Amino acid sequence: MYHPTVARLTYRGLLGRRRAFILFALPALLIVISVVIRVLTGADDGTAANVLGGFALATMVPLIGVIAGTGAIGPEIDDGSVIYLLSKPVKRHTVILTKLIVAIGVTVVFSAVPTLIAGFVLNGNSQQIAVAYAAAAAVASVAYSAIFLLLGTVTRHAVVAGLVYALVWESLFGSLIPGARTLSVQQWSLALAQKIGAEGAITSDVGLPLALTLLIGVTTAATWYASRKLRTLTLAGEE
Amino acid sequence: MPPESLTAPAQDVIHNIGYRNYSGARLGRAYARRSLFSQSLRGAYGLGRSTKSKVLPMTLFGVMCAPAAIMVAVAVATKATKLPLEYTRYAIVLQAVIGLYLAAQAPQSVSRDLRFKSIPLYFSRPIERVDYVVAKFAAMASALFLLTAAPLLILYVGALLAKLDFATQTEGFAQGLVSVVLLSLLFAGLGLVVAAVTPRRGFGVAAVIAVLTISYGAVSTVQGIALARDNTDAIGWIGLFSPITLIDGVQTAFLSATSAFPGGNGPGTGAGVVYVVVLLALIAGSFGLLMRRYRKVGL
Repeated sequence: MYHPTVARLTYRGLLGRRRAFILFALPALLIVISVVIRVLTGADDGTAANVLGGFALATMVPLIGVIAGTGAIGPEIDDGSVIYLLSKPVKRHTVILTKLIVAIGVTVVFSAVPTLIAGFVLNGNSQQIAVAYAAAAAVASVAYSAIFLLLGTVTRHAVVAGLVYALVWESLFGSLIPGARTLSVQQWSLALAQKIGAEGAITSDVGLPLALTLLIGVTTAATWYASRKLRTLTLAGEE
Repeated sequence: MPPESLTAPAQDVIHNIGYRNYSGARLGRAYARRSLFSQSLRGAYGLGRSTKSKVLPMTLFGVMCAPAAIMVAVAVATKATKLPLEYTRYAIVLQAVIGLYLAAQAPQSVSRDLRFKSIPLYFSRPIERVDYVVAKFAAMASALFLLTAAPLLILYVGALLAKLDFATQTEGFAQGLVSVVLLSLLFAGLGLVVAAVTPRRGFGVAAVIAVLTISYGAVSTVQGIALARDNTDAIGWIGLFSPITLIDGVQTAFLSATSAFPGGNGPGTGAGVVYVVVLLALIAGSFGLLMRRYRKVGL
Protein backbone atom coordinates (compact mmCIF):
# COMPACT_ATOMS: atom_id res chain seq x y z
CA MET A 1 0.00 0.00 0.00
CA TYR A 2 2.93 2.31 0.62
CA HIS A 3 5.96 2.41 -1.63
CA PRO A 4 9.02 4.21 -0.21
CA THR A 5 10.67 4.94 -3.56
CA VAL A 6 7.53 6.49 -5.02
CA ALA A 7 7.17 8.49 -1.83
CA ARG A 8 10.74 9.73 -2.04
CA LEU A 9 10.32 10.79 -5.68
CA THR A 10 7.03 12.56 -4.97
CA TYR A 11 8.50 14.29 -1.97
CA ARG A 12 11.46 15.52 -3.99
CA GLY A 13 9.16 16.66 -6.77
CA LEU A 14 7.12 18.69 -4.30
CA LEU A 15 9.89 20.26 -2.31
CA GLY A 16 12.63 20.40 -4.92
CA ARG A 17 14.29 23.67 -5.88
CA ARG A 18 12.06 26.71 -6.09
CA ARG A 19 8.83 24.87 -5.34
CA ALA A 20 9.69 24.70 -1.67
CA PHE A 21 9.96 28.48 -1.60
CA ILE A 22 6.24 29.16 -1.98
CA LEU A 23 5.41 26.41 0.50
CA PHE A 24 7.68 28.01 3.07
CA ALA A 25 6.60 31.56 2.26
CA LEU A 26 2.91 31.06 3.02
CA PRO A 27 3.21 29.71 6.59
CA ALA A 28 5.99 32.19 7.31
CA LEU A 29 3.66 35.02 6.27
CA LEU A 30 0.91 33.67 8.53
CA ILE A 31 3.21 33.56 11.52
CA VAL A 32 4.67 37.00 10.79
CA ILE A 33 1.16 38.47 10.59
CA SER A 34 0.20 36.77 13.86
CA VAL A 35 3.26 38.12 15.63
CA VAL A 36 2.62 41.64 14.31
CA ILE A 37 -1.03 41.53 15.36
CA ARG A 38 -0.18 40.17 18.79
CA VAL A 39 2.44 42.87 19.34
CA LEU A 40 0.18 45.67 18.12
CA THR A 41 -3.16 44.71 19.63
CA GLY A 42 -2.48 42.12 22.33
CA ALA A 43 -4.24 38.78 22.78
CA ASP A 44 -7.86 38.74 21.69
CA ASP A 45 -10.06 35.72 20.94
CA GLY A 46 -12.15 37.43 18.25
CA THR A 47 -9.01 38.58 16.41
CA ALA A 48 -7.48 35.11 16.64
CA ALA A 49 -10.63 33.52 15.21
CA ASN A 50 -10.66 36.10 12.40
CA VAL A 51 -7.07 35.48 11.39
CA LEU A 52 -7.20 31.70 11.70
CA GLY A 53 -10.64 31.32 10.11
CA GLY A 54 -10.46 34.05 7.50
CA PHE A 55 -6.85 33.76 6.42
CA ALA A 56 -5.38 30.42 7.51
CA LEU A 57 -8.30 28.08 6.93
CA ALA A 58 -10.04 29.94 4.09
CA THR A 59 -7.03 30.95 1.98
CA MET A 60 -3.85 29.22 3.02
CA VAL A 61 -5.00 25.62 3.51
CA PRO A 62 -6.79 25.33 0.13
CA LEU A 63 -3.86 26.96 -1.66
CA ILE A 64 -1.28 24.64 -0.11
CA GLY A 65 -3.67 21.76 -0.75
CA VAL A 66 -3.81 22.69 -4.44
CA ILE A 67 -0.04 22.98 -4.71
CA ALA A 68 0.68 19.72 -2.87
CA GLY A 69 -2.26 17.72 -4.24
CA THR A 70 -1.89 18.53 -7.91
CA GLY A 71 1.89 18.87 -7.62
CA ALA A 72 2.15 15.27 -6.40
CA ILE A 73 1.09 13.85 -9.75
CA GLY A 74 0.27 16.67 -12.20
CA PRO A 75 3.78 17.56 -13.44
CA GLU A 76 4.64 13.90 -14.03
CA ILE A 77 1.57 13.37 -16.21
CA ASP A 78 2.22 16.71 -17.86
CA ASP A 79 5.74 15.94 -19.02
CA GLY A 80 5.02 12.26 -19.65
CA SER A 81 7.54 10.87 -17.16
CA VAL A 82 4.71 9.11 -15.32
CA ILE A 83 5.04 6.39 -17.93
CA TYR A 84 8.31 5.26 -16.36
CA LEU A 85 6.55 5.01 -13.02
CA LEU A 86 3.57 3.15 -14.45
CA SER A 87 5.76 0.66 -16.30
CA LYS A 88 7.22 -0.56 -13.00
CA PRO A 89 5.55 -3.50 -11.23
CA VAL A 90 3.85 -1.26 -8.69
CA LYS A 91 0.09 -1.37 -8.31
CA ARG A 92 -1.66 1.77 -9.46
CA HIS A 93 -3.57 2.16 -6.23
CA THR A 94 -0.29 1.88 -4.36
CA VAL A 95 1.05 4.74 -6.45
CA ILE A 96 -2.01 6.86 -5.73
CA LEU A 97 -2.08 6.02 -2.02
CA THR A 98 1.60 6.77 -1.62
CA LYS A 99 1.28 10.07 -3.42
CA LEU A 100 -1.78 10.89 -1.34
CA ILE A 101 0.06 10.17 1.89
CA VAL A 102 2.94 12.41 0.82
CA ALA A 103 0.56 15.17 -0.26
CA ILE A 104 -1.34 14.96 3.03
CA GLY A 105 1.91 15.03 4.95
CA VAL A 106 3.18 18.10 3.12
CA THR A 107 -0.15 19.92 3.47
CA VAL A 108 -0.43 19.15 7.17
CA VAL A 109 3.15 20.19 7.87
CA PHE A 110 2.84 23.43 5.92
CA SER A 111 -0.70 24.42 6.94
CA ALA A 112 -1.93 22.74 10.13
CA VAL A 113 1.31 23.10 12.08
CA PRO A 114 1.72 26.83 11.26
CA THR A 115 -1.97 27.32 12.12
CA LEU A 116 -1.35 25.81 15.54
CA ILE A 117 1.73 27.99 16.07
CA ALA A 118 -0.11 31.11 14.88
CA GLY A 119 -3.00 30.29 17.22
CA PHE A 120 -0.68 30.03 20.19
CA VAL A 121 1.05 33.27 19.18
CA LEU A 122 -2.27 35.09 18.79
CA ASN A 123 -4.06 34.19 22.01
CA GLY A 124 -2.19 31.36 23.71
CA ASN A 125 -4.86 28.77 22.85
CA SER A 126 -7.55 30.46 24.93
CA GLN A 127 -10.98 28.84 24.34
CA GLN A 128 -9.07 26.04 22.54
CA ILE A 129 -9.12 28.19 19.39
CA ALA A 130 -5.61 27.30 18.25
CA VAL A 131 -6.11 23.55 18.66
CA ALA A 132 -9.57 23.69 17.07
CA TYR A 133 -8.39 25.49 13.95
CA ALA A 134 -5.28 23.34 13.69
CA ALA A 135 -7.43 20.20 13.83
CA ALA A 136 -9.75 21.68 11.22
CA ALA A 137 -6.77 22.51 9.02
CA ALA A 138 -5.48 18.95 9.41
CA VAL A 139 -8.72 17.24 8.37
CA ALA A 140 -9.23 19.79 5.60
CA SER A 141 -5.69 18.94 4.39
CA VAL A 142 -6.66 15.29 4.03
CA ALA A 143 -9.79 16.04 2.01
CA TYR A 144 -8.17 18.75 -0.12
CA SER A 145 -5.18 16.51 -0.92
CA ALA A 146 -7.46 13.68 -2.06
CA ILE A 147 -9.67 15.98 -4.16
CA PHE A 148 -6.81 17.82 -5.82
CA LEU A 149 -4.85 14.62 -6.42
CA LEU A 150 -7.90 13.32 -8.25
CA LEU A 151 -8.07 16.54 -10.28
CA GLY A 152 -4.41 16.07 -11.17
CA THR A 153 -5.19 12.70 -12.76
CA VAL A 154 -8.36 13.89 -14.49
CA THR A 155 -7.37 17.13 -16.17
CA ARG A 156 -4.24 18.84 -17.40
CA HIS A 157 -5.57 22.09 -16.01
CA ALA A 158 -5.78 20.65 -12.51
CA VAL A 159 -4.33 23.69 -10.77
CA VAL A 160 -6.81 26.06 -12.40
CA ALA A 161 -9.70 23.68 -11.69
CA GLY A 162 -8.59 23.35 -8.08
CA LEU A 163 -8.32 27.10 -7.69
CA VAL A 164 -11.75 27.60 -9.23
CA TYR A 165 -13.14 25.23 -6.60
CA ALA A 166 -11.22 26.82 -3.74
CA LEU A 167 -11.76 30.46 -4.67
CA VAL A 168 -14.98 30.64 -6.64
CA TRP A 169 -16.99 27.86 -5.03
CA GLU A 170 -15.90 28.10 -1.41
CA SER A 171 -15.28 31.83 -1.13
CA LEU A 172 -17.63 33.45 -3.64
CA PHE A 173 -20.62 31.10 -3.83
CA GLY A 174 -20.14 30.07 -0.21
CA SER A 175 -20.62 33.67 0.89
CA LEU A 176 -23.58 34.29 -1.44
CA ILE A 177 -25.56 31.04 -1.44
CA PRO A 178 -26.06 29.31 1.93
CA GLY A 179 -26.64 25.92 0.27
CA ALA A 180 -23.18 25.95 -1.28
CA ARG A 181 -21.70 25.92 2.19
CA THR A 182 -23.01 22.43 2.86
CA LEU A 183 -20.79 21.20 0.04
CA SER A 184 -17.59 22.85 1.14
CA VAL A 185 -14.57 21.17 2.71
CA GLN A 186 -13.95 24.33 4.69
CA GLN A 187 -17.33 24.10 6.45
CA TRP A 188 -16.94 20.39 7.13
CA SER A 189 -13.65 21.01 8.84
CA LEU A 190 -15.14 23.97 10.73
CA ALA A 191 -17.74 21.57 12.13
CA LEU A 192 -14.91 19.69 13.81
CA ALA A 193 -13.39 22.97 15.02
CA GLN A 194 -16.76 23.94 16.50
CA LYS A 195 -16.80 20.70 18.49
CA ILE A 196 -13.28 21.19 19.85
CA GLY A 197 -13.42 24.94 20.50
CA ALA A 198 -15.24 26.54 23.40
CA GLU A 199 -19.00 27.11 23.17
CA GLY A 200 -19.83 29.83 20.62
CA ALA A 201 -16.21 30.55 19.64
CA ILE A 202 -16.46 28.95 16.20
CA THR A 203 -19.55 28.31 14.10
CA SER A 204 -20.12 26.02 11.17
CA ASP A 205 -23.10 25.56 8.84
CA VAL A 206 -22.85 21.79 8.89
CA GLY A 207 -23.51 19.35 11.73
CA LEU A 208 -20.58 17.25 12.93
CA PRO A 209 -21.88 13.75 11.99
CA LEU A 210 -22.78 14.86 8.48
CA ALA A 211 -19.48 16.72 8.11
CA LEU A 212 -17.40 13.71 9.15
CA THR A 213 -19.38 11.38 6.88
CA LEU A 214 -18.89 13.73 3.95
CA LEU A 215 -15.19 14.22 4.69
CA ILE A 216 -14.49 10.49 4.84
CA GLY A 217 -16.78 9.75 1.90
CA VAL A 218 -15.24 12.39 -0.36
CA THR A 219 -11.69 11.38 0.54
CA THR A 220 -12.34 7.69 -0.10
CA ALA A 221 -14.29 8.27 -3.30
CA ALA A 222 -11.70 10.69 -4.69
CA THR A 223 -8.84 8.29 -3.94
CA TRP A 224 -10.67 5.32 -5.43
CA TYR A 225 -11.55 7.23 -8.58
CA ALA A 226 -8.01 8.60 -8.89
CA SER A 227 -6.49 5.11 -8.84
CA ARG A 228 -9.10 3.95 -11.33
CA LYS A 229 -8.24 6.91 -13.51
CA LEU A 230 -4.55 6.07 -13.32
CA ARG A 231 -5.26 2.53 -14.52
CA THR A 232 -6.77 3.86 -17.75
CA LEU A 233 -4.50 6.84 -18.21
CA THR A 234 -3.93 8.05 -21.73
CA LEU A 235 -0.93 10.24 -22.34
CA ALA A 236 -1.83 13.13 -24.57
CA GLY A 237 0.59 15.45 -26.30
CA GLU A 238 0.98 19.09 -25.42
CA GLU A 239 -1.84 21.22 -26.78
CA MET B 1 15.58 22.39 -63.28
CA PRO B 2 13.77 25.75 -62.89
CA PRO B 3 14.39 28.30 -65.65
CA GLU B 4 16.07 30.89 -63.37
CA SER B 5 19.06 28.74 -62.76
CA LEU B 6 19.38 28.09 -66.48
CA THR B 7 19.74 31.80 -67.25
CA ALA B 8 22.75 32.19 -64.98
CA PRO B 9 24.65 28.90 -64.92
CA ALA B 10 27.16 29.00 -62.13
CA GLN B 11 30.67 28.12 -63.27
CA ASP B 12 32.16 27.50 -59.86
CA VAL B 13 29.99 24.59 -58.74
CA ILE B 14 30.22 20.97 -59.73
CA HIS B 15 26.52 20.29 -59.60
CA ASN B 16 23.85 23.00 -59.34
CA ILE B 17 20.85 21.58 -57.49
CA GLY B 18 18.86 24.81 -57.80
CA TYR B 19 19.15 26.41 -54.36
CA ARG B 20 18.22 30.06 -54.46
CA ASN B 21 18.85 32.86 -52.01
CA TYR B 22 15.97 34.78 -50.46
CA SER B 23 15.66 38.09 -52.25
CA GLY B 24 12.27 39.27 -50.90
CA ALA B 25 11.65 42.08 -48.46
CA ARG B 26 13.20 41.70 -44.99
CA LEU B 27 10.42 42.59 -42.57
CA GLY B 28 12.75 43.42 -39.71
CA ARG B 29 12.59 43.93 -36.01
CA ALA B 30 9.40 45.98 -35.72
CA TYR B 31 7.49 43.39 -37.70
CA ALA B 32 8.79 40.55 -35.54
CA ARG B 33 7.84 42.47 -32.41
CA ARG B 34 4.35 43.14 -33.75
CA SER B 35 3.93 39.48 -34.67
CA LEU B 36 5.02 38.35 -31.23
CA PHE B 37 2.58 40.83 -29.67
CA SER B 38 -0.41 39.76 -31.74
CA GLN B 39 0.41 36.08 -31.37
CA SER B 40 0.66 36.42 -27.57
CA LEU B 41 -2.53 38.48 -27.37
CA ARG B 42 -4.46 35.97 -29.47
CA GLY B 43 -2.95 33.15 -27.43
CA ALA B 44 -4.21 34.76 -24.24
CA TYR B 45 -7.76 34.14 -25.46
CA GLY B 46 -6.92 30.78 -27.01
CA LEU B 47 -7.30 32.05 -30.58
CA GLY B 48 -5.11 30.08 -32.92
CA ARG B 49 -4.82 27.31 -30.34
CA SER B 50 -6.82 24.17 -29.65
CA THR B 51 -10.50 24.30 -28.68
CA LYS B 52 -9.66 23.08 -25.20
CA SER B 53 -7.44 26.07 -24.53
CA LYS B 54 -10.21 28.45 -25.64
CA VAL B 55 -12.63 27.15 -23.02
CA LEU B 56 -11.12 28.73 -19.93
CA PRO B 57 -10.32 32.28 -21.16
CA MET B 58 -13.63 32.54 -22.98
CA THR B 59 -15.57 31.26 -19.96
CA LEU B 60 -13.84 33.76 -17.70
CA PHE B 61 -14.55 36.54 -20.22
CA GLY B 62 -18.23 35.52 -20.17
CA VAL B 63 -18.30 35.37 -16.36
CA MET B 64 -16.72 38.83 -16.29
CA CYS B 65 -19.32 40.33 -18.63
CA ALA B 66 -22.45 38.56 -17.36
CA PRO B 67 -22.95 40.62 -14.16
CA ALA B 68 -22.63 43.84 -16.21
CA ALA B 69 -25.32 42.66 -18.60
CA ILE B 70 -27.58 41.68 -15.69
CA MET B 71 -27.07 45.07 -14.00
CA VAL B 72 -27.91 46.88 -17.22
CA ALA B 73 -31.03 44.76 -17.66
CA VAL B 74 -32.11 45.51 -14.09
CA ALA B 75 -31.38 49.23 -14.47
CA VAL B 76 -33.41 49.42 -17.69
CA ALA B 77 -36.30 47.37 -16.30
CA THR B 78 -36.60 49.25 -13.01
CA LYS B 79 -35.96 52.67 -14.59
CA ALA B 80 -33.21 53.29 -12.04
CA THR B 81 -31.56 56.71 -11.84
CA LYS B 82 -28.08 55.24 -11.47
CA LEU B 83 -26.27 51.97 -12.04
CA PRO B 84 -26.22 49.55 -9.09
CA LEU B 85 -22.41 49.49 -9.16
CA GLU B 86 -19.85 52.21 -9.90
CA TYR B 87 -17.61 51.75 -12.94
CA THR B 88 -14.52 51.89 -10.75
CA ARG B 89 -15.91 49.27 -8.33
CA TYR B 90 -16.61 46.60 -10.94
CA ALA B 91 -13.08 45.19 -11.22
CA ILE B 92 -12.68 45.17 -7.43
CA VAL B 93 -15.83 43.11 -6.96
CA LEU B 94 -14.84 40.63 -9.68
CA GLN B 95 -11.17 40.47 -8.70
CA ALA B 96 -11.30 36.67 -8.28
CA VAL B 97 -12.15 36.28 -11.97
CA ILE B 98 -9.37 38.64 -13.04
CA GLY B 99 -6.95 36.80 -10.77
CA LEU B 100 -7.89 33.43 -12.22
CA TYR B 101 -7.56 34.74 -15.76
CA LEU B 102 -4.12 36.15 -15.05
CA ALA B 103 -3.03 32.99 -13.25
CA ALA B 104 -4.17 30.82 -16.16
CA GLN B 105 -2.83 32.95 -18.99
CA ALA B 106 0.42 34.51 -17.74
CA PRO B 107 2.23 31.14 -17.42
CA GLN B 108 0.71 30.12 -20.73
CA SER B 109 2.38 33.14 -22.27
CA VAL B 110 5.89 32.79 -20.88
CA SER B 111 6.43 29.45 -19.10
CA ARG B 112 5.95 27.33 -22.21
CA ASP B 113 8.58 29.29 -24.12
CA LEU B 114 11.00 28.50 -21.33
CA ARG B 115 9.98 24.88 -20.93
CA PHE B 116 10.14 23.94 -24.60
CA LYS B 117 13.27 26.01 -25.02
CA SER B 118 11.76 28.09 -27.81
CA ILE B 119 13.32 31.23 -26.33
CA PRO B 120 16.62 30.75 -28.22
CA LEU B 121 14.59 30.44 -31.42
CA TYR B 122 12.92 33.78 -30.79
CA PHE B 123 16.25 35.43 -30.19
CA SER B 124 17.70 33.96 -33.36
CA ARG B 125 15.31 36.34 -35.15
CA PRO B 126 16.12 40.03 -35.42
CA ILE B 127 14.53 40.88 -32.06
CA GLU B 128 16.29 42.06 -28.96
CA ARG B 129 15.58 41.18 -25.36
CA VAL B 130 13.64 44.39 -24.86
CA ASP B 131 11.39 43.56 -27.82
CA TYR B 132 10.45 40.20 -26.34
CA VAL B 133 9.70 41.68 -22.92
CA VAL B 134 7.79 44.65 -24.36
CA ALA B 135 5.72 42.41 -26.64
CA LYS B 136 4.83 39.93 -23.89
CA PHE B 137 4.10 42.68 -21.36
CA ALA B 138 1.97 44.65 -23.80
CA ALA B 139 0.09 41.54 -24.90
CA MET B 140 -0.72 40.46 -21.35
CA ALA B 141 -1.76 44.00 -20.36
CA SER B 142 -3.94 44.31 -23.47
CA ALA B 143 -5.58 40.96 -22.77
CA LEU B 144 -6.36 42.05 -19.21
CA PHE B 145 -7.59 45.41 -20.48
CA LEU B 146 -10.00 43.67 -22.85
CA LEU B 147 -11.21 41.51 -19.98
CA THR B 148 -11.78 44.41 -17.60
CA ALA B 149 -12.90 47.12 -20.04
CA ALA B 150 -15.50 45.05 -21.92
CA PRO B 151 -17.94 44.89 -18.96
CA LEU B 152 -17.45 48.64 -18.37
CA LEU B 153 -18.38 49.26 -21.99
CA ILE B 154 -21.49 47.11 -21.55
CA LEU B 155 -22.41 49.12 -18.45
CA TYR B 156 -21.82 52.42 -20.25
CA VAL B 157 -23.81 51.53 -23.35
CA GLY B 158 -26.55 50.12 -21.15
CA ALA B 159 -26.59 53.24 -19.01
CA LEU B 160 -27.00 55.42 -22.08
CA LEU B 161 -29.74 53.17 -23.41
CA ALA B 162 -31.49 53.46 -20.04
CA LYS B 163 -31.35 57.25 -20.57
CA LEU B 164 -29.18 57.94 -17.50
CA ASP B 165 -27.41 61.29 -17.29
CA PHE B 166 -24.88 61.44 -20.16
CA ALA B 167 -22.26 63.67 -18.49
CA THR B 168 -22.16 61.73 -15.21
CA GLN B 169 -22.00 58.37 -16.97
CA THR B 170 -19.25 59.49 -19.35
CA GLU B 171 -17.19 60.82 -16.47
CA GLY B 172 -17.65 57.60 -14.51
CA PHE B 173 -16.81 55.50 -17.55
CA ALA B 174 -13.63 57.48 -18.21
CA GLN B 175 -12.54 57.11 -14.58
CA GLY B 176 -13.28 53.41 -14.75
CA LEU B 177 -11.16 53.06 -17.90
CA VAL B 178 -8.18 54.82 -16.31
CA SER B 179 -8.45 52.54 -13.30
CA VAL B 180 -8.57 49.34 -15.37
CA VAL B 181 -5.61 50.52 -17.49
CA LEU B 182 -3.56 50.83 -14.29
CA LEU B 183 -4.90 47.50 -13.05
CA SER B 184 -4.03 45.75 -16.32
CA LEU B 185 -0.47 47.09 -16.32
CA LEU B 186 0.10 46.19 -12.66
CA PHE B 187 -1.40 42.71 -12.86
CA ALA B 188 0.31 41.90 -16.16
CA GLY B 189 3.67 42.90 -14.72
CA LEU B 190 3.26 40.90 -11.51
CA GLY B 191 1.83 37.86 -13.28
CA LEU B 192 4.59 37.73 -15.89
CA VAL B 193 7.38 38.19 -13.35
CA VAL B 194 6.10 35.30 -11.24
CA ALA B 195 5.34 33.09 -14.25
CA ALA B 196 8.72 33.73 -15.89
CA VAL B 197 10.50 32.27 -12.87
CA THR B 198 9.27 28.73 -13.46
CA PRO B 199 9.05 26.65 -16.62
CA ARG B 200 6.31 24.52 -15.02
CA ARG B 201 2.93 25.83 -16.09
CA GLY B 202 0.96 24.34 -13.21
CA PHE B 203 3.33 25.69 -10.65
CA GLY B 204 3.28 29.13 -12.27
CA VAL B 205 -0.52 29.19 -12.01
CA ALA B 206 -0.40 28.43 -8.30
CA ALA B 207 2.36 30.96 -7.68
CA VAL B 208 0.51 33.80 -9.45
CA ILE B 209 -2.73 33.11 -7.62
CA ALA B 210 -0.83 32.83 -4.35
CA VAL B 211 0.70 36.28 -4.83
CA LEU B 212 -2.74 37.78 -5.52
CA THR B 213 -4.99 36.01 -3.02
CA ILE B 214 -2.58 35.58 -0.14
CA SER B 215 -1.60 39.24 -0.19
CA TYR B 216 -5.26 40.25 -0.44
CA GLY B 217 -6.29 37.79 2.28
CA ALA B 218 -3.56 39.03 4.59
CA VAL B 219 -4.31 42.70 3.92
CA SER B 220 -8.05 42.41 4.38
CA THR B 221 -7.67 40.35 7.56
CA VAL B 222 -5.36 42.95 9.08
CA GLN B 223 -7.61 45.78 7.88
CA GLY B 224 -10.61 44.08 9.47
CA ILE B 225 -8.76 43.94 12.78
CA ALA B 226 -7.70 47.58 12.43
CA LEU B 227 -11.34 48.52 11.86
CA ALA B 228 -12.42 46.61 14.95
CA ARG B 229 -9.80 48.62 16.88
CA ASP B 230 -11.02 51.91 15.34
CA ASN B 231 -7.58 52.47 13.89
CA THR B 232 -8.84 54.03 10.65
CA ASP B 233 -5.49 55.59 9.66
CA ALA B 234 -3.85 52.18 9.59
CA ILE B 235 -6.52 50.78 7.24
CA GLY B 236 -5.49 53.24 4.54
CA TRP B 237 -1.80 52.44 4.84
CA ILE B 238 -2.15 48.66 5.01
CA GLY B 239 -3.82 48.72 1.59
CA LEU B 240 -0.40 49.37 0.03
CA PHE B 241 0.54 45.73 0.46
CA SER B 242 -1.70 43.94 -2.02
CA PRO B 243 -2.21 44.64 -5.74
CA ILE B 244 -5.97 45.02 -5.76
CA THR B 245 -6.12 47.25 -2.67
CA LEU B 246 -3.37 49.36 -4.23
CA ILE B 247 -5.61 49.99 -7.24
CA ASP B 248 -8.53 50.62 -4.90
CA GLY B 249 -6.49 53.21 -2.99
CA VAL B 250 -5.38 55.03 -6.15
CA GLN B 251 -8.89 55.28 -7.51
CA THR B 252 -10.31 56.33 -4.15
CA ALA B 253 -7.80 59.15 -3.89
CA PHE B 254 -7.86 60.42 -7.48
CA LEU B 255 -10.71 58.86 -9.46
CA SER B 256 -13.54 59.71 -7.05
CA ALA B 257 -14.29 56.07 -6.34
CA THR B 258 -15.85 54.84 -3.12
CA SER B 259 -13.30 52.72 -1.32
CA ALA B 260 -13.90 49.02 -0.83
CA PHE B 261 -11.72 49.09 2.30
CA PRO B 262 -13.44 48.09 5.55
CA GLY B 263 -15.64 50.95 6.67
CA GLY B 264 -14.84 52.82 3.44
CA ASN B 265 -11.67 54.22 5.03
CA GLY B 266 -9.68 54.74 1.84
CA PRO B 267 -6.52 56.85 1.69
CA GLY B 268 -6.78 60.62 1.35
CA THR B 269 -4.97 62.66 -1.30
CA GLY B 270 -1.70 62.75 0.62
CA ALA B 271 -1.57 58.99 1.08
CA GLY B 272 -2.92 58.67 -2.47
CA VAL B 273 0.31 60.14 -3.83
CA VAL B 274 2.23 57.38 -2.06
CA TYR B 275 -0.17 54.84 -3.60
CA VAL B 276 0.49 56.20 -7.10
CA VAL B 277 4.25 56.19 -6.54
CA VAL B 278 4.17 52.59 -5.30
CA LEU B 279 1.93 51.57 -8.20
CA LEU B 280 4.21 53.10 -10.83
CA ALA B 281 7.29 51.71 -9.08
CA LEU B 282 5.76 48.22 -9.13
CA ILE B 283 4.95 48.43 -12.85
CA ALA B 284 8.43 49.74 -13.68
CA GLY B 285 10.01 47.27 -11.28
CA SER B 286 8.29 44.27 -12.81
CA PHE B 287 9.41 45.43 -16.26
CA GLY B 288 12.97 45.72 -14.95
CA LEU B 289 12.81 42.27 -13.36
CA LEU B 290 11.56 40.76 -16.61
CA MET B 291 14.43 42.39 -18.47
CA ARG B 292 16.83 40.91 -15.94
CA ARG B 293 15.19 37.48 -16.18
CA TYR B 294 15.77 37.32 -19.92
CA ARG B 295 19.37 38.46 -19.82
CA LYS B 296 20.37 34.82 -19.77
CA VAL B 297 17.93 32.70 -21.71
CA GLY B 298 17.59 28.96 -22.13
CA LEU B 299 17.31 28.46 -18.38
